[in-house]
Amino acid sequence: MTADSRKTARLTALFLLGWMLFNYPILSLFSLNRLVFGIPPLYLYIFSVWVFMILAVALITRIKENMPDDRR
Amino acid sequence: MLETATILFFSFGYMGFLFAIAYIGDRHAEMGRSIVGNPYIYALSLAVYCTAWTFYGSVGRAVRDGPGFLTIYIGPTLTAALGLLILRKIIRISKIHHITSIADFIGSRYGKSTILGGVVTVIAVLGIIPYIALQLKAISTSYLVIQGYPEIVMPRNFAKIPVLQDTAFYVSVLLAVFSILFGTRHLETTERHEGLVAAIAFESIVKLIAFLSIGIWITYSLYNGFGDLFEKARSEPEFRRLLVMENRSGAYIDWGIYIFLSMTAVIFLPRQFHVAVVENINEDHLKKAVWLFPLYLLAINIFVLPVALAGLLEFPRGVVDADTFVLTLPMAVHQEELALLAYIGGTSAATGMVIVETVALSTMICNELVMPVLLRLPFPKVSQWGDMSGLLLSIRRGGIAVILLLGYTYFRFIGEYYPLVSTGLVSFAAVAQFVPAILGGIFWKRGTRLGALWGMVAGFLVWAYTLFLPSLVQTGLLSSEFVTEGPWGIALLRPFQLFGLEGFNNVAHAVFWSMFVNLGGYVGVSLFTRPSPMEHTQAALFVDVFKPREEFTWRRTASVPDLKSLLERFLGEQRTRELLSQYASSRRLDWEESLTADDDLISYAEKLLSGAIGSASARVMVASVVKEESLGIEEVMNILDETRQVIIYSRELERTTAELKAANERLQELDRLKDEFISTVTHELRTPLTSVRSIAEILHDTEDLDPDQHRQFLGIIIKESERLTRLINQVLDFQKMESGRMEWQVQEVDIRDVVSEAVSRTDRLARDKRAAVRIHQPESPMPKIPGDFDRLIQVMLNLISNAVKFCDEDRGRIDITLSHDTEKVRVDVQDNGIGISPEDQERIFDKFHQIRNVNKTRPSGSGLGLSISRRIVEHHGGIIWVESEPGAGSTFSFELPTRKVSDAD
Repeated sequence: MTADSRKTARLTALFLLGWMLFNYPILSLFSLNRLVFGIPPLYLYIFSVWVFMILAVALITRIKENMPDDRR
Repeated sequence: MLETATILFFSFGYMGFLFAIAYIGDRHAEMGRSIVGNPYIYALSLAVYCTAWTFYGSVGRAVRDGPGFLTIYIGPTLTAALGLLILRKIIRISKIHHITSIADFIGSRYGKSTILGGVVTVIAVLGIIPYIALQLKAISTSYLVIQGYPEIVMPRNFAKIPVLQDTAFYVSVLLAVFSILFGTRHLETTERHEGLVAAIAFESIVKLIAFLSIGIWITYSLYNGFGDLFEKARSEPEFRRLLVMENRSGAYIDWGIYIFLSMTAVIFLPRQFHVAVVENINEDHLKKAVWLFPLYLLAINIFVLPVALAGLLEFPRGVVDADTFVLTLPMAVHQEELALLAYIGGTSAATGMVIVETVALSTMICNELVMPVLLRLPFPKVSQWGDMSGLLLSIRRGGIAVILLLGYTYFRFIGEYYPLVSTGLVSFAAVAQFVPAILGGIFWKRGTRLGALWGMVAGFLVWAYTLFLPSLVQTGLLSSEFVTEGPWGIALLRPFQLFGLEGFNNVAHAVFWSMFVNLGGYVGVSLFTRPSPMEHTQAALFVDVFKPREEFTWRRTASVPDLKSLLERFLGEQRTRELLSQYASSRRLDWEESLTADDDLISYAEKLLSGAIGSASARVMVASVVKEESLGIEEVMNILDETRQVIIYSRELERTTAELKAANERLQELDRLKDEFISTVTHELRTPLTSVRSIAEILHDTEDLDPDQHRQFLGIIIKESERLTRLINQVLDFQKMESGRMEWQVQEVDIRDVVSEAVSRTDRLARDKRAAVRIHQPESPMPKIPGDFDRLIQVMLNLISNAVKFCDEDRGRIDITLSHDTEKVRVDVQDNGIGISPEDQERIFDKFHQIRNVNKTRPSGSGLGLSISRRIVEHHGGIIWVESEPGAGSTFSFELPTRKVSDAD
């Protein structure tokens, strides 16, 4: 497996995770009529997952080819 | 301070600034010092995704549906995760094939199809025009709103404003000029416009800063932060619904479908395809852009809900259109600078979209619609014209003007009935029709041109029926019964509840049905049609773009001057010379010297032309100068090579497997035989041993044995020992023969000597059984045969002792008959014994085959005798067989050749 295809596989898995997190039914768990830290939990949740997605994509794509088996 | 003059000054000043940036960008590019060649500019240019719809419309949508507006930005975030998988592949393919638009991409994938390219262009233009109109409406509305300062008045009827007093009209003209200047400055083979990208990136910064400034100011100056704003909003019960999901069945399905729509739109909208793929300078920029771009989207969405809630709290219900909150909130509290910033931000969002979209669409119209038609016109021979580059540029410039005109017209007559957000989604749904053909095209080789065509056309028709036609109802062009009752009163055909499907929002409903028929048509028709060789080649090139692959070559030639003049007509003389000398130096060729262009040069020329006029037209043009494009059987085989290779491999695999299987069976058989051998031999050895031992015990234990009995017992011991010896000798012989280590002493042998010797050796045996042995031999001398005397005697001994063994006691008669002809001698050994059943006859020569004698529990013989005999006879090149009838005796015969058979074993 090359470094690129490894990244692609990870990103694809991340995509599937993101799709699950951003959709029913998990989404419905946060559709609550109150405030958490002064913010509606639905928005807090969506933006948190959003930040997580961005960080995860950044981390996965930025991992340099410093894994030992990549140098070959 | 906010007088009309100020507003106009800033409006046109901003546009002027854009021109300047684009100009600088182009100049740098010409000097080879690109200012856009980095991932940050690339990510910012992707943000052309955020249009006026984002800038103004998100707030409006948040006011109506609550969190639903976020789906439009969640989708691209998810797509970004797949960016390296999908987008990188599309970029690589497009660079290799000089693809300049999404229509070109689809057309090229399915065998450089003209029809497909045309269909994609028509869908894109019809789908995008309302979207462009939406931007013009946003510009016009925002101008009218800010012009009313300090009053906040909602503009109502655009159609009443004379065209010449409508800002949107002037903005449209300016945008057309901009797009023409920086989008069609000269004909490029790569269709890259660095100045344009620079301007777009700048606009992305402006709209982000504008929106963030307003959001921060509203949240932290007008209110005390998010908590305060949300607390206040929650105190109004009717605003609470905006903070949770819609409480309606199907809300989550709509949500998912919107995410899907925006996931596809962010790549497949013509402008997104243009900035992401065509304007991409370096594939590696994607690696940073896939997280920078979602970060941008996140940033521009943080304050949408706060602005929406503030607007709701600030203004009395229904007075101010929520789509204008971004602008009207600063106005309401007399923040002139902020209002102006909002206005500029909105304008930048709208203009950025319009510029890129018109450039992308005009390229498509020129390359996929106009050129193919022109080149095919029978009169006047356009394809024979001289310099075409001027014509091409004119077509594109005309295309830009026409698109903007169409957009403006749509906005004037239809646009005002629609809120910002619906129009955008309608366009998204149109663009989603490209998804099966593109994704299928880059991952599935079986997708065919007809499949793509049927899928897209069917999907587009459903889109038109369920989204476009109903929009005409609101303009009065169609009666409202069309939507409420269905056409001709058929309720099943109601466009918003097609076939009675209810509970979906209009767009989600249309997306579901159109994608259903689109995907179904694409896959279904693809599976039932055969691709042409060209489709097959393109499919392999697209799907396997990352696999190292020997470039498939067509057998074709062209004259270099022809090819050169063709390029000159489209690219100009100077550019052609540059490109050709680049080619020559990269291949270390002196192409000027050779008059015939090989396939490689022709392909290079075709790719250059593809960049200028699209792959379908390029193919037509190149074909006009190529002398011969005959597809030999070898080429066809090359195309099918992959399939063929796989078939060959699998056949080889099958054969090897069969061989292995046979070998395995043989091994198992040998194993079984070995077991049998051992068990038989053991049994045969044990029997005489047991009898020897038991008799020896009797002799040992019984002291007063009479001498006769004593002798009789000793006789048995001797006989059994002989039997043992014989058996062991046979086993050893057999073993030697099996392993081929038997030493044969071949000499001239007279078969009569063999027979008489054998008979005399078995004389005692025969007499014991009172059997008569007779030899019948011809009077004349018999020919001698080459053979091993001792072994042949062994055969005879076996046959005779067998005959004796099975013949009737007392009346036994054994006749041995010798005969010969010139080639062989024959020996028959006939007995009058019990005979052999037919099934036993077949197996009697197999090793260890013993005939179970009905009268005796113990089989007679070792079971090796006949087997050894057969081997000996066969070694001499002869044959041995048996004829018998049960009860009537049997005849064993063998024949031996009189001449030596060289390869007997």
